Amino acid sequence: MTAIQTVRLDRSWWGRHGGTATVWSLRALLVVALLVVWELTAERWFDITFTSKPSDIWTRLVQWHQDGTLWSNTWITVQEVVYGFLLGAAAGALTGFVLASARAFYQVLDPFIMALYAIPKVALAPLFIVWFGIGMSMKVLLAAATVFFLVFLNVAAGVREVDRGLIDAVRLMGGGRRDILVKVVVPSSMTGLLTGLKVAIPYALIGAVIGELVASNRGLGYLINDAAAQFDTAGVFATLVVLSVIAALLNLVVGLLDRRASRWKPLGEER
Amino acid sequence: MSDTVTSETVIEVSGLGKQFVKDAVGIVALRDFDLTIAQGSFVTVLGRSGCGKSTMLNLLAGLTTPTSGTVSYRGRPVAGPRTEVGYLTQSDTLMPWRSVHKNVELPLEIAGVPAQRRTEHAAELIGKVGLEGFERHYPRELSGGMRRRVSLARMLAGDPETLLMDEPFGALDAQLRGELQAELLRLWADGGQTVVFVTHDIEEALLLGDRVVVLGPVGRIVLDRPIDLPRPRDADELRIDPEFVALHRELTAALREGAR
Repeated sequence: MTAIQTVRLDRSWWGRHGGTATVWSLRALLVVALLVVWELTAERWFDITFTSKPSDIWTRLVQWHQDGTLWSNTWITVQEVVYGFLLGAAAGALTGFVLASARAFYQVLDPFIMALYAIPKVALAPLFIVWFGIGMSMKVLLAAATVFFLVFLNVAAGVREVDRGLIDAVRLMGGGRRDILVKVVVPSSMTGLLTGLKVAIPYALIGAVIGELVASNRGLGYLINDAAAQFDTAGVFATLVVLSVIAALLNLVVGLLDRRASRWKPLGEER
Repeated sequence: MSDTVTSETVIEVSGLGKQFVKDAVGIVALRDFDLTIAQGSFVTVLGRSGCGKSTMLNLLAGLTTPTSGTVSYRGRPVAGPRTEVGYLTQSDTLMPWRSVHKNVELPLEIAGVPAQRRTEHAAELIGKVGLEGFERHYPRELSGGMRRRVSLARMLAGDPETLLMDEPFGALDAQLRGELQAELLRLWADGGQTVVFVTHDIEEALLLGDRVVVLGPVGRIVLDRPIDLPRPRDADELRIDPEFVALHRELTAALREGAR
């Protein structure tokens, strides 16, 4: 049997990174082009009361940066996202793991869980306001409720789809229930957990911002509501810019999780 | 080894039956099956697919419980899997999240062997099956043949005295299969284990076994005969050996009869 052979290749910087560099420069070009067209056409073809324009948005961002509005509100939203995500993910992973291990119990609960999952989480907002007021905890819980189900369902699926052959293999080695749990069920449900965490990250942001839009006096969602109420479209767009930056950063985290999870995946699941 | 030891019975099966329930019908996989396996022997079980070979091995391994009859191992009834028995299944059951080394170590981990000894023993076994340099690879990074070798090493790590093998080399190409067969025979000659080897390949059954048991449907024994071909057996020379050719014909006839 021969080992896999590798050959050293001498490739220039352009050869290795040229493709990526081209894609990124095209992306930057697209953004710049869009901004320029927007700026130039804004007053001529569109009413800036409705569409605003990039320079106004920039001025608003600078102004909010100087008076601290931007950072205090962003900080509130980020906190809600992080706490909501952690709370929902921890609860979801734990419940998913425990419930899926008790097969019969899960079967009984399954339709109820699916029904709860299907409720649009915005619909819970009024109830949460009654329970927790309009402070931060209501947004944290709204984000957590969304994250919970995504993580829970993925972990439960991971636990229930454990390969029977692997469990038998451990039994043949003389392993007991504890060994099966630690050596097979937990690691094999890790893919489910990581998938759950991955899809849940953007939903934490959605949950928090929706909570703020429904009722709040702080946070980026509040900032949007407040600006829109005053017909300050530049303010609305400025907040949207901040939100998309946060979303992009969260996606970066997702990408890292993805890479971490993929090393031992079965061959067929590779991209 | 003296005669008294070699003739000792390791596995004794009597009146074994297994039914699977599907909707309102019971599917009979095995009926009234009797078999005795002597210590140190290499028994090949030959049968077409669907004749209950795998069901039988699962029962021998203690993974499933019989509907009727008993399996006893060294005189004691089998109630569950035991570490003295190694089982190499048809499909790979390596943990995909563990490297080759970690996979081979697993039985030792479960047995509670200290880390230092575990590492040494696993490294030795990986060498034995010819996979040095692949310790840190993950199963998905290996070819099918290499994964089989890892499975073999993992089974041997538990240091079983009896090996159950379910068409272990069935999915490999002819050349690789030949290599692994030779390797298995070498390991068996060194270790003196008792082997029950299930296959649907007549040549493989003759090349490996001291004794061939031919199964018909639901585990009816069509033929049970010793194979006295001299060892070491070489696949290429064996194919033109008149005795081998006669045995091959006999087994082919038995398989055909069993199918009827």
